[in-house]
Amino acid sequence: MSRHLSSWGRFPDFPQVEHRADWRAQLPQCLARLHERVGTTLVYGNGRSYGDSCLAASDNVIGTIALDRFVEADWVDGRIIVEAGVTLGQILELAVPRGWFLPVVPGTQYVTVGGAVANDIHGKNHHVRGTFGRHVVSFGLLRSDRGILRCSPQENADLFAATIGGLGLSGVIEWIELRLMPVPGGELTVTEQRFTSIADFFALSNELDAGHEYAVSWIDCLARGASAGRGVYAVGRHSASTGIAMPRRNRLRIPLTPPVSCVNGLTLRAFNLIYYRARRAGRSIRNVAFEPFFFPLDRILEWNRLYGPRGFQQFQCVLPEASAEAACRELLAAIGASGRGSFLAVMKRCGVLESPGLMSFPLPGVSLALDFPQHAELALSLFPRLDAIVRAAAGRFYPAKDAHMNAADFQRQYPGWTRVEALRDPALDSRFWQRVTRA
Amino acid sequence: MKRIMILGATSAIATACARLWAADGGRFFLVGRDAEKLWQVAADLSARGASEAHVHVLDLTRVADHHTLFEHGFAALGAVDIALLAHGILSDQALCQSDVGAAVREFETNATSVIALLTELGVRLSAARAGTIAVISSVAGDRGRASNYPYGAAKAAVTAFSAGLRARLYPVGVHVLTIKPGPVATPMTAGMRLPGLLVATPEQVARDIVGAVRAGKGTLYTPWFWRPIMVIIRAMPEAILRRLPL
Repeated sequence: MSRHLSSWGRFPDFPQVEHRADWRAQLPQCLARLHERVGTTLVYGNGRSYGDSCLAASDNVIGTIALDRFVEADWVDGRIIVEAGVTLGQILELAVPRGWFLPVVPGTQYVTVGGAVANDIHGKNHHVRGTFGRHVVSFGLLRSDRGILRCSPQENADLFAATIGGLGLSGVIEWIELRLMPVPGGELTVTEQRFTSIADFFALSNELDAGHEYAVSWIDCLARGASAGRGVYAVGRHSASTGIAMPRRNRLRIPLTPPVSCVNGLTLRAFNLIYYRARRAGRSIRNVAFEPFFFPLDRILEWNRLYGPRGFQQFQCVLPEASAEAACRELLAAIGASGRGSFLAVMKRCGVLESPGLMSFPLPGVSLALDFPQHAELALSLFPRLDAIVRAAAGRFYPAKDAHMNAADFQRQYPGWTRVEALRDPALDSRFWQRVTRA
Repeated sequence: MKRIMILGATSAIATACARLWAADGGRFFLVGRDAEKLWQVAADLSARGASEAHVHVLDLTRVADHHTLFEHGFAALGAVDIALLAHGILSDQALCQSDVGAAVREFETNATSVIALLTELGVRLSAARAGTIAVISSVAGDRGRASNYPYGAAKAAVTAFSAGLRARLYPVGVHVLTIKPGPVATPMTAGMRLPGLLVATPEQVARDIVGAVRAGKGTLYTPWFWRPIMVIIRAMPEAILRRLPL
């Protein structure tokens, strides 16, 4: 069936016509045909980019979700080659029982490997492993003008760098060779502690991040007054299985889109309060299965529908270490004052490890991510205020999540963009790229 | 480790079944028309745990070559525990209605070649007195309907033939499973207008098939709700059915 696709946030609303590629051999013809018929196109994997970076300028995408085959797997040395449409969850399903894990996973296992490379995603262990791109050995890149090229730090190094975090513009990724990370089992030992202020968060992070593989915090962005800045800090490391039951594979699915958003001031306040109160005051240590730790929202399929037909926007920025604490406080104050908030405001430290890509998002400092139900007021008042704070702190926004940043901010935050533009495949272009490079 | 022969191994439903069997270390003999696709499927299954994956390139409508195919397949695997017949085409209905060649080709691919394969498999497995033959038919074979009767007629032949074979092989301990999926989102149905809510994924259908093979079932409707739906459609008087846009 040919489907009409949207981005995960369903904003902006530009339905995409899908042209499916079921086999790698179909890609060259598919790319050439769309180049000829509609000018430019873009690859669409599993649709987990939030804003318009996964939307083709022509609204005609090449769907690669059926390219979900392993090309090769060396389960002895922990190296795999997979087609670009394989999701991280599909890899983990095979890798974890064999003692391997992906060195970097984001907040959902439903992203494709092609998408993980194109957005150079990061996870809760950025301070130890850096971004996804650091663990990519090589990949096959199809160019409309040069055919299929093998790219690695040694071969076609310019395209290797332009593709990692290159938002799918440098060519069509056919396959990716990845290094895996050995783990003792499918569980994690997690230490959790509530904190009551931003200063508290930084103290905990300074104390515990370095000694743990993973670190992440949730923060109650609706709390005001004395409880402002409260949240839950968690660190974890892989541990051997103790026989914790893996979560049931049957997941809850949101079956339809409600006419209005179910995410509003009332439900948010209740959710945030319960989430905070559910934790004990002191430090707690427990073993959990890896899925609920890394992918809590994956248990609810198509949760983006809860935001109603208008969708939502995510605001994710990273703030340099020097200005992070003050800027975080300002951002939370501005959000608190607006009364608009987010289910899970996620805060985490990013480390110093550099990405091989030209437009990678993380920088040493703190990343903050919040979801807002789409409302005209976001663009009119809240986002301009938040943007100004991030700008003053010399932070940057995350293209994979973005539907609002302006061209001047993007070009200042990502000076590598001119090299990506120079290496862009003439048959590829996105709505995001048009917005931030040609405005 | 199961020894599994798949005919039409690059089809989406076959691949999804094979992945489930690969997880248990299955040994595979994969047959299809396109060598490159077959090797890609074989590599995928090996990565997912298959202990062997042999490839044999053949257009299964070439019935004269079936004998060589089985010689190779049984030599490679030694014996066959599961044979899955999954190849098929779904041609443009409008074309089949007016073009004799298209109508006949639809039947040759979906029925004649399948009957030939079932016959040879019946001989070989009854000699071994073990094994399962699983053949993909369709709910479309349960009743001739205006929208896809050339396809439906071929599937009706497969359904009747496999039911008879099941009864004949029952005493010697060979299972025959007739699989009747509803519409499935696969490359075969890409571009068709299908009733969204009733369309299954290949993975869903594959889980049902692997379960039915294990349980030794006779006929499988997948997803399950097609069984009651088809009870109604089969019971419908011709005078009503011919007036419905089905």
